[in-house]
Amino acid sequence: METGVAVLIGLFFAVSVYLMLSKQIVRIMLGIAILGNAVNMMIFTAGRLTREVPPLIPEAYYTPPVTTANPLPQALVLTAIVISFSFFAYLLVLAFRAYQELGTDDANEMRVAEPENEQAPPQGY
Amino acid sequence: MAGSSVPVNLAEAMNVTPVSAGDWLIVAPSLITLLGGALCLMTRKNTQAQPKLGLIFLVLLVAANIGLLARVLDKGVITMVMGNWLPPFGIAFTVDALGATLSTIASIVALCAGIYGSATVDTSGRRYGFYPFLLLLMTGVSGAFLTGDVFNLYVWFEVLLISSYGLLVLGNERPQLDGSVKYGVLNLIGTNLFLIATGLLYGMFGTLNMADIAIKVAALENGASGTLATIAALYLLAFAMKAAAFPVNFWLPASYHTPNVVVSAVFAGLLTKVGVYALIRVFVVIMPGARDYMADLIGVIAIATMITGAMGALAQGEVRRLLGYVVIVGIGSMLAGVAVGSPLAISGAIFYAVHSIVVMTALYMGAGLIGMMGGSFKLRDLGGLYGASPAFAAVFLILGFAVSGLPPFSGFWPKVMLVDAAFADGRAWLAAAILVSGFLTTLAMGRVWIYAFWRGGPEGTADGAVVAGAVAAGQTGTLVLWLPLAFLTALVVYFGLQPEAMLQLASRGAGSVIEPAGYLRSVFGGL
Repeated sequence: METGVAVLIGLFFAVSVYLMLSKQIVRIMLGIAILGNAVNMMIFTAGRLTREVPPLIPEAYYTPPVTTANPLPQALVLTAIVISFSFFAYLLVLAFRAYQELGTDDANEMRVAEPENEQAPPQGY
Repeated sequence: MAGSSVPVNLAEAMNVTPVSAGDWLIVAPSLITLLGGALCLMTRKNTQAQPKLGLIFLVLLVAANIGLLARVLDKGVITMVMGNWLPPFGIAFTVDALGATLSTIASIVALCAGIYGSATVDTSGRRYGFYPFLLLLMTGVSGAFLTGDVFNLYVWFEVLLISSYGLLVLGNERPQLDGSVKYGVLNLIGTNLFLIATGLLYGMFGTLNMADIAIKVAALENGASGTLATIAALYLLAFAMKAAAFPVNFWLPASYHTPNVVVSAVFAGLLTKVGVYALIRVFVVIMPGARDYMADLIGVIAIATMITGAMGALAQGEVRRLLGYVVIVGIGSMLAGVAVGSPLAISGAIFYAVHSIVVMTALYMGAGLIGMMGGSFKLRDLGGLYGASPAFAAVFLILGFAVSGLPPFSGFWPKVMLVDAAFADGRAWLAAAILVSGFLTTLAMGRVWIYAFWRGGPEGTADGAVVAGAVAAGQTGTLVLWLPLAFLTALVVYFGLQPEAMLQLASRGAGSVIEPAGYLRSVFGGL
């Protein structure tokens, strides 16, 4: 099962990189959303995927007698999901505001902060 | 309960001795700023009280950090684990001389920015949360400097990132929205890379505690195995993005000049240095093998960062944008120290980080005053500021010399150490790049000074003539603006003339990261 999910994660990364290389902000945003999911799934899968085996250690043992999924990566992923979701929400609003103000969602045309054809600095002293 | 029949020895799993009162200082910086940020957020509509409340907490932060630094210098590395679970199970805050020094300097700079901001941030900026964001930014910065856990470091990075997003768009101007999109997207990708690397690191070692990972990496038979090299490369890319190293630094000059100048000052002083700190922590403490393996690559990145930064600064005609590139030059110099990796080089990088935090913040504050007095940030429109305020001209010249690395100011000593260490390591190109970038920075800063201060008026003024009214009457700034700038400049001069104290701090910091025995002992007890 891990192998299949690993292939899926690779696909997610490929899609997100492809989308983020686009110049439209909307596509970049979608790429970021998928990147966040790819990362989360990667950590989740790295902690093993086993069904219906709780990670409990019986009294006489020091380690689980059967292979179980590691619960710690799942806890990490919970943190990361919250963070990546909130960042994505913020960036969406920011991108919409930027679209309203700048009138474009083409990254090449977003040149307000760094205007094109700027006057060169004065030469010499 | 079934477990009650088994005798439980708590001492095997938990730290049963209570935390000594002084060790609570480890978490104090994060707690103070978190509490202060929450209180400021609740009272954000009371715009008169905002600066007072914010400054009280910033003063508390400085006091806590100074106390922490004194304790670390007195007792060595100190550790506190959350919930008293023994490491590596409890999340550890571990403070050594490096973290405590940077945290202290960062809090001093934040206090100065808080004072400066009380005059430059208007009522609407206060209502929309300048002080809450500043305090929460400091929560993230302090946490990142003080934590001893890799995933926790990631969380602090996110805390400071989300606060920086808020500060960056405060004011809602068109250039800010443009810059914020680029800053936001690229920094988020950077933290995602950090998260990937951390996930893989956990997969490889089964622990997130930095000291524990360092022990396990050292126990590996092949220190530069493929998986570890992959993880190290991901960390390098992630931290290079955070620190604004070439070629992943284009978000910095695209965004740092857009917000209120006090926000630029805080960002230029603190954010990139957190990236450099994380790079030192991960590459020197946790995986020194990977650092040796990638030293040449880091060296090339350092050279490219310094040279492209300096040339970018020369190509700018706008003071704040020019300073954005000067920040990048400093990052290159610190990376040069990481590339060499000897104790002298790491102390040089630490000293340079402290110098850069102070001087870049001061320079942006100076740029704010230039803009206020001259009515523009463009070199072509500026002129005659010397006549308006000779003292300010002197301050800016000192800062320009310091950032270029000219004696007798604070930039000189770390550059001497870095050049010396680079030669000792047989990396003459690195030394040459440090010196050449210093020369180019001198040209860029000299140009700012000559155009803004030395000549009589804006472009077109005849030589020797002085244009009356080049500076609007009464626009020479208030004490609130001058006080933090003067204090930071005094620090720059002090570090330049009396470098002994800072040198000792830096070499202690370098000692604790290169020979982390004290660090490991602090986390795990008598090893």
